[in-house]
Amino acid sequence: MKFSEKIIVTLLKFAASITILTTIGIIMVLLFETIAFFKEVSFIEFITDKEWTPLFAQKHFGILPLVSGTLLTTTIAILVALPVGLTIAVYLNMYAPKGFRKTFKPLLEVLAAVPTVVYGFFALTVVTPFLQSIYPDLAGFNALSAGIVMGIMIIPFVSSLSEDALYAVPKRLKEASFGMGSTRFQTSFKVMVPAASSGIVVSIILAISRAIGETMIVAIAAGQQPRFSFDPTVPIETITAYIVQVSMGDVPHGSLEYRTIFAAGITLFVFTFLLNSISFWIKKKYQEKYD
Amino acid sequence: MTNAQKNRLIDKGFQVFGIVCTFFGLVILAILIYNILEEGLTRIDWDFMKDLPSRRPQKAGIYTAVMGTVWILVMTTLIAFPLGVGAGIYLEEYGKKTKLASLLEINIANLAGVPSIIYGLLGLEIFVRIFKLGGSLLAGSLTLSLLILPIIIVATRESLKAVPSSIKDASMALGASKWQTIWNQTLPASIGGVLTGVILAISRAIGETAPLIVVGALAYVPFAPSSPMDEFTVMPIQIFNWVSRPQHGFAVNAAAAIIVLLLITFIMNGIAVYFRNKWQKKVKW
Repeated sequence: MKFSEKIIVTLLKFAASITILTTIGIIMVLLFETIAFFKEVSFIEFITDKEWTPLFAQKHFGILPLVSGTLLTTTIAILVALPVGLTIAVYLNMYAPKGFRKTFKPLLEVLAAVPTVVYGFFALTVVTPFLQSIYPDLAGFNALSAGIVMGIMIIPFVSSLSEDALYAVPKRLKEASFGMGSTRFQTSFKVMVPAASSGIVVSIILAISRAIGETMIVAIAAGQQPRFSFDPTVPIETITAYIVQVSMGDVPHGSLEYRTIFAAGITLFVFTFLLNSISFWIKKKYQEKYD
Repeated sequence: MTNAQKNRLIDKGFQVFGIVCTFFGLVILAILIYNILEEGLTRIDWDFMKDLPSRRPQKAGIYTAVMGTVWILVMTTLIAFPLGVGAGIYLEEYGKKTKLASLLEINIANLAGVPSIIYGLLGLEIFVRIFKLGGSLLAGSLTLSLLILPIIIVATRESLKAVPSSIKDASMALGASKWQTIWNQTLPASIGGVLTGVILAISRAIGETAPLIVVGALAYVPFAPSSPMDEFTVMPIQIFNWVSRPQHGFAVNAAAAIIVLLLITFIMNGIAVYFRNKWQKKVKW
């Protein structure tokens, strides 16, 4: 190899290693600040205290309220996105004419291209007033509205990836089922969905992980009141929304308040890392079962 | 009713439900866009585009936010484009089957799943504090570049993979070196797919709010930035700021700014789709 070419390859290798440095950087930064955080706050308090008030005079450092808020909005989002997304996937794959599928799959993906701050505005100014007209006791900031809108945003994650999984199921399975006299519905849910289950599970896990890390919708529409409760009608706060709340204010570097966002961040990172690892493991283990 | 009739009824019923679900998402999207247009369209005029931020909603404009977004767009492209494409080329053409490559692959898949706000925490500690860049455009663009790097790398690899090996073999047989083959044959043949991926990634970057808030982009910036070290705000943060205020006038401003932001996002996505189609038509192996 010529010398100049060796330089080019080295440069390319450097570019590729930046991704490794990013991962190391994320873990180091989160660990470093979190260790400093736990020098002042006990780990037991962090995971058992049911109050999170680091910005008040009476300080409590229990992560549970933020975790419950995050799980609440995520659950609502999945309750919307899973049935709708999976139905769309089955419909596009088994029922819809070919042209329909080709047009509507990318159209639905537009839902995922809209900036999340726009969804936040939508949740606050359209969905919440609409829900209040049905259920007047609903607070102006609430987990329900934010969760529903988040669910709509992640529909394409479930529908597109699940449809890909259904598409990859060998034709002969479908034909055998039809040959036995099954309807499309029976074929879909007794043959196709079970056969594509690993891909569908991966799509759902990715959607959950996306919902847990989603920030702007909940920061705008769900409120800033951490509370250990699963009531969807009152203001709550998610892990992500808390990080935004602190970042908007003027918190001095190195203070305990500053470190709380890294402690919250590492909690978030652990959740999404576990979910991503599970989906990666499922993909590796069950992929190409039919080849 | 016989069993067969019942099964057929269920089948038909699900078909209707399927159509309803498919249109559900699109109808919501239509309501969202209609609502924003109705609220904000009349607010958009030349003054709104060129006015500086203000405490009075009727006087406030998006000039500083638009300029911030343009700066971020250009700088993020300059940083992420060469790095992402370079990493993609390395992984697809050079690093295959090495231990490092499989490590990199798992790592990139994992990075793509890390929430954007975590990248904000990374940028805050590394770029803002350790590199002492402060809440500058440079710190913001570096953070966003790391965020979109996995997307660009994956897109680059996919399009390089699509180039048939006969092209590469022919080039090598004519005495071209590996890099000459990549630079003169593989890359030009796959540039459409690469550009599509890059544009989609950049379009994602300019819609991002959370990581920039964390690295310290400000809600209120009185002047448009004029160098990479300046403080800045961007359109999504300006929108977030207006949404959080109680006066109705600011909600109107937010809707108007959203129209501009959506327009930019959709145009970029449109260009990406155009590139993809044009490239798919032109290259037939």
